[in-house]
Amino acid sequence: MNTEALRAPPTAYPRHDTAKEVAAFEVTGHGIGGPAPKRIIVGYGFWIFLLSDVILFSAVFAAYAVLFKNTAGGPSARQLFDLRSVAVETGCLLASTFACAMAGVAVSERSMKWTQLALLVTGLLGVSFVFLEAHEFTGFIARGAGPTRSAFLSSFFTLVGCHGAHVTAGLIWLGTMMAQFRAKGFREDIRLRFLCFTLFWHALDIIWVAIFSLVYLVGTLPPQMLP
Amino acid sequence: MNMNDNYPAGSHVGEDHPVGSVSAGRSLHQEIGGYLVGLALAVGLTAVSFWATGTRSIYGPGIALALLVLAVAQMGIHLIFFLHITTAPDNSNNVLALAFGVLIVCLIVFGSVWVMNHLNHGMASMSGMAHGYPVRS
Repeated sequence: MNTEALRAPPTAYPRHDTAKEVAAFEVTGHGIGGPAPKRIIVGYGFWIFLLSDVILFSAVFAAYAVLFKNTAGGPSARQLFDLRSVAVETGCLLASTFACAMAGVAVSERSMKWTQLALLVTGLLGVSFVFLEAHEFTGFIARGAGPTRSAFLSSFFTLVGCHGAHVTAGLIWLGTMMAQFRAKGFREDIRLRFLCFTLFWHALDIIWVAIFSLVYLVGTLPPQMLP
Repeated sequence: MNMNDNYPAGSHVGEDHPVGSVSAGRSLHQEIGGYLVGLALAVGLTAVSFWATGTRSIYGPGIALALLVLAVAQMGIHLIFFLHITTAPDNSNNVLALAFGVLIVCLIVFGSVWVMNHLNHGMASMSGMAHGYPVRS
């Protein structure tokens, strides 16, 4: 092996004008530019996790789509669902996801006051969503339409309950993010965690779009209009 | 202004764009304006979805399909305006992962519905028979 050639200055490389570009060739790793920065790897890894979570939801969605008409003589979707409460829940979650985006802007502006305020609004809207959903569930169970009543209701509670559990977990995460920003400031690792949280929160709203459209709105259509 | 400015130098050649972070060179007003546009479109599509369930101006059996299309459109709005998925080359890894995820979701959902409807169809014709189960030769 010709070690002299390896030690020779990299004249074959294109000229670099900035210190940043020169540094790109000096980092460890074998490809041009070396390994990607942590921000890229963390963002991409969390994106893969979210897509796998979406695939989990798609399996529960498929179960619901298959069992939707199996009401076993019990109440059907059209008899149970109250679209006014669904509209309020949808509004809460959409406003919450917008507030979360505003928190992202506040973090990039390094404004602690606006970050905490936007995260608080995000959390309060999320809590209202979970509260409304819990209220809806207890109402169904009180009317004898619990998850054990029929295959339709089992799959409904699994699907919507799984989303509600995700939102609840997200709210706990949100609380820890507020505390971490307060205690540790806008440190790089905290901002990476926050980037993951915003991705999670937006993904939950995307899943809710599918739930309110295809479970609640399609479910309340008259039977002759169903596919 | 955005998260890109605050990281140490190194490996900025051909760098990817992480999901959810805003691309460089946008002012505060542009950033917030982008989110407001996304919010307005999402609210609009949600309102149309709720309106479509009660309307008579759409052909009845087509409403379910219209709701599916509106849902997919709104998911696209969320991906573009809130998760900042673009077609730029620094986003191709994210888009490819998303495309694979969508493929698996479609296979699971439409595959399950397709197979189970065929099974139900088979079961229905069997229950119409005198014995309630197929006769073996």
